Amino acid sequence: MITKRIIPCLDVKDGRVVKGVNFLGLADVSSPIKLAEYYSKSGADELVFYDITASSDGRALFTDILTEVARTIFIPLTVGGGINTIDDFDRVLKCGADKVSVNSGAIKNPELIREAAMKYGNQCVVISVDIKRVNGEFRVFAKGGREDTGMEAISWIKKCVSLGAGEVVVNSIDTDGVKKGFDVEMLRAVCDAVNVPVIASGGAGCVDDFIDLFKKIPTIDAGLAASVFHFGEIEIKDLKKELAKNDITVRL
Amino acid sequence: MIAIIDYGVGNLFSLRSSLDMIGAAAKVTSDPDEIKKCGKIILPGVGAFADAIAKLRESGLDKVIKEEVARGKAIFGICLGMQMLFEKSYEYGEHKGLGFLKGSVVPMEKYISNDLKIPHIGWNALHIKRDHPIFKYIKENDCVYFVHSYFATDCDDSLLATAEYGKELTAAVAYKNVAGMQFHPEKSGEVGLKILKAFCEWEVEK
Repeated sequence: MITKRIIPCLDVKDGRVVKGVNFLGLADVSSPIKLAEYYSKSGADELVFYDITASSDGRALFTDILTEVARTIFIPLTVGGGINTIDDFDRVLKCGADKVSVNSGAIKNPELIREAAMKYGNQCVVISVDIKRVNGEFRVFAKGGREDTGMEAISWIKKCVSLGAGEVVVNSIDTDGVKKGFDVEMLRAVCDAVNVPVIASGGAGCVDDFIDLFKKIPTIDAGLAASVFHFGEIEIKDLKKELAKNDITVRL
Repeated sequence: MIAIIDYGVGNLFSLRSSLDMIGAAAKVTSDPDEIKKCGKIILPGVGAFADAIAKLRESGLDKVIKEEVARGKAIFGICLGMQMLFEKSYEYGEHKGLGFLKGSVVPMEKYISNDLKIPHIGWNALHIKRDHPIFKYIKENDCVYFVHSYFATDCDDSLLATAEYGKELTAAVAYKNVAGMQFHPEKSGEVGLKILKAFCEWEVEK
């Protein structure tokens, strides 16, 4: 049986992990390499790195760090942030990334998905979508959730998958940061609409939220979170043990 | 020294790094003389079968590999590299493989129920069918990382391990000096590194 994946997400700016990180026993907690090692040893099934750097200097630093992470960690790595062209795909894949996540870049130019899927395969192209309810409809937001694109989310995701996206990350803006659980209603709507892996993001606050997610939506593939892992509120090892106790198949 | 065959397909960074990590001497090469000098061969691969086998033939590396395998050199195919070890593949048509192993590669969609997602992507448990030196450091139910839409079938002679995904899919094969894994050991954490280490230490019986 394929296992449900637990994925910590690291936001990296100018070579450092942003968002306060307070692990015990880790001296340099903002080092992406040390955090990646820590997560890999704790049983993370995959790592996602978002490059939120604005300058090109910072971007070069990010690729150096990615290379270093890929040299030390042997689990799948996904990279997102500032991916607008095939050259961007090329740049991060050469550093050892396995998948590339596109968001605003695909909204601006949906053909980017097709082009990338043709060149690197569907499995390499992840569409990440920030979704918020507006007037009772799931709406796609761009630019880190600041701009309403006016597009209906489910049809946008279907379009991305038909263009070649091999995986979907659903970030619910409505539940993000609230720590009251994943957006089950929204995630179920996406899972019902597509036949590629769907990764839930936004809202995880405790272990039960993950159990709830996988129980309520058997077709969901993975749960992604950042701060609850970074702050040590949830230890991935403990989380996976609890999931296993609840008959959810995980890699222990 | 292990030769990682470079024929212009896929990203060899992680594979190279994982061999560095376990302290194995390896070089990424497309030079026939280098390949002949190396003690073992790793055949990687991602993408489409027809493309990959065509590239291997265009470069003439298929002949080099066949000669070396005939001389008894150990070869390890990974993912599409494993699929190419077989007689043929039915990925978009019918294509001849290297033919080291009996069996063929077929699309998953014809064999598993359609509520399962394709590609088969993620961590899945290995079910080991028989002992083999390549598995000496791992055990039943260890999880490894898969990404594939096609799988090898009719390969009873070489079958080493399967993974359950709607049906038992071929996960690992070995026959004489030829071995292959459908999953990515270079992306399978500690378990993957242990498999690569065991391959490096594998002494093929003459």
